[in-house]
Amino acid sequence: MTTTSALLVLPVAAPLVVAGFLLLFPRARTLHRVCGFAVAAVVLAVAGVLLAATADGSVVAQNLGGWPAGVSVVLAADALSSLMLAVTAVLVLACLAFAAAAGEDTDRLFVPLVLVLTTGVYGAYLTADLFNLFVFVEVMLLPSYALLAAGGGPARLAAARLYVTTNLLASTVFLAGLGLLYGTAGTVNLGQLAGTGAGSSAVAAATGVVLLAMAVKAAVVPLHGWLPRTYPHAPPAVTALFSGLLTKVGVYAIFRVYAVVYAGDPRWLWLIMAAALLTMVVGVLGAVGEKGLRPILVFHMASQIGYILLGLAVFTVAGLAAAIFFMVQYVLVKAALLICAGAVEHTYGTGELSLLGGVARQPMLATAFALAALSLAGIPPLSGFVAKLALVSAAAGAGQYLAAAVAVVVSLFTLTSMLKVWNGVFWSDPPEPVEEPDRDRPEPEDTGRSTTRSRPRVRRALAAPALALSLLGVVLGVGAQPVLGVAGTAAAGLTDPSAYVAAVSP
Amino acid sequence: MTAAIAVGLLVLGGVYLILQRGLYRVVLGFVLLGHAVNVVLLAAGGLERRAPALLGQVDAGQAADPLPQAFVLTAIVIAFAITVLLLGLLHRGGDGDGAPSGDDDGIPARDGARDGDRDGVAVREDAS
Repeated sequence: MTTTSALLVLPVAAPLVVAGFLLLFPRARTLHRVCGFAVAAVVLAVAGVLLAATADGSVVAQNLGGWPAGVSVVLAADALSSLMLAVTAVLVLACLAFAAAAGEDTDRLFVPLVLVLTTGVYGAYLTADLFNLFVFVEVMLLPSYALLAAGGGPARLAAARLYVTTNLLASTVFLAGLGLLYGTAGTVNLGQLAGTGAGSSAVAAATGVVLLAMAVKAAVVPLHGWLPRTYPHAPPAVTALFSGLLTKVGVYAIFRVYAVVYAGDPRWLWLIMAAALLTMVVGVLGAVGEKGLRPILVFHMASQIGYILLGLAVFTVAGLAAAIFFMVQYVLVKAALLICAGAVEHTYGTGELSLLGGVARQPMLATAFALAALSLAGIPPLSGFVAKLALVSAAAGAGQYLAAAVAVVVSLFTLTSMLKVWNGVFWSDPPEPVEEPDRDRPEPEDTGRSTTRSRPRVRRALAAPALALSLLGVVLGVGAQPVLGVAGTAAAGLTDPSAYVAAVSP
Repeated sequence: MTAAIAVGLLVLGGVYLILQRGLYRVVLGFVLLGHAVNVVLLAAGGLERRAPALLGQVDAGQAADPLPQAFVLTAIVIAFAITVLLLGLLHRGGDGDGAPSGDDDGIPARDGARDGDRDGVAVREDAS
């Protein structure tokens, strides 16, 4: 048991232990904040060590409890897991900073719940046992139910009802799939399951049920309806946190299960391709009809998941590498956008495009949003452009010209949508108040222009996490080569999972 | 065979209840679905071997498969926790089927308007 494999337990154990510790000190807000940041920083360091260890394609594995493989639960990290671990830790740091600035973490349970949520996420990325994946996904979901419902209010509780019931149904289907899988294959260890989906149609059907449950969690069309009806109603920092954690675990699980259990079986790739194209188109068209900041961004979230699945459907090293790079940069960019939306909502009290305007006067926020929005739309030299170019060229290289064309067209629609948001929120003049001037509100200075009414300034602490993430996205775009290299190694590990299978099998 | 019929009946009842109006019936539907999935997990281990899963005391050919038993225990605990949480939501927010109050018709609004009495502060229902 080398030290590197011993490190695998840390991302799972540390947040849990610290969460329990923080419950002993419910009112020490500074302690909560410091512990939250410290744990995320520790996991980021561990992810860095794991990345260094797996960048050459090797796999770090650890049998929990010292039991022999085949009996024990195996934690394993390859390049893909380490990459997701790293980007998740960065996201958690930024969202905790935003929550602290926005005052959303004042509740004694916020940081402990976020820590338990991250335990589930890190565990889901590191486990090589499908039932363990189920357990970690549940560990991830239970705090999310509480975080989403926090604060009450009829619309938020209605969203919580929908969110909990949808995820509970998906978990039940997941469990049923696991039961069927165990009954047909006799094991739930990913190493022992390798290739069985391609060989036996019974195992393929059972794993299909598992993938269906994961598709619900990843919000793949036509199972995406819960996403735009629930995420916009959460507290703003919570939406930003969820955007990079929950759906990504679903996508990661689809990648891992398809690559290992089906061994990249080309018979079902058309199904994934169809789902990917549908998701891209429906997501971006759904955003056209929305009139609020966060609903638009959440619909784009669904659309970008389609891009990632497109890379999976083109099951080549180039396609998978593009999809993994897309996932990494997308976590950062989407979180930046949602933190901007949260900053706007916190400062101006609303996310409605028609009620906002002139926010471009806040330089930090406007820069953060502009960079992230342009990256989402795929403008060079930002990270989104590199990711989309890699995807389109991989698709075209594999002969999937329709997919490449759809990707480009959806990108144009995304750009239009981002311009609409920019115009509605940042560029245009703020609307005149409808009600008559109150006696108790200060009169606007009369200089003949409506835009000189005193509007609240967005505090720098609110915009700083978004700006940091956006700049990270720029760095990722301009200096994409190292990350593309790691993504390529991860993709090679998916097309040929023999190293992974050897590490986790008995 | 009986396991399959049992699962079928439970899923029948569960899906029917999930499609009903009102969160209380939906919760009961999920309880039934959870039971159905537990029976599926147990059946996956092979129902013809019924002896206790203790190798020292029982012949290996007769001992039940312990892994599905562990799965079922885990699933029961998790489903129990989520059921409690759903009932808490029901108690707190109503069942989504009551008379609309103001502009809330029980389904989330589509315009992303900010809501919540105190933004970001969790509501604690009791003092514990």
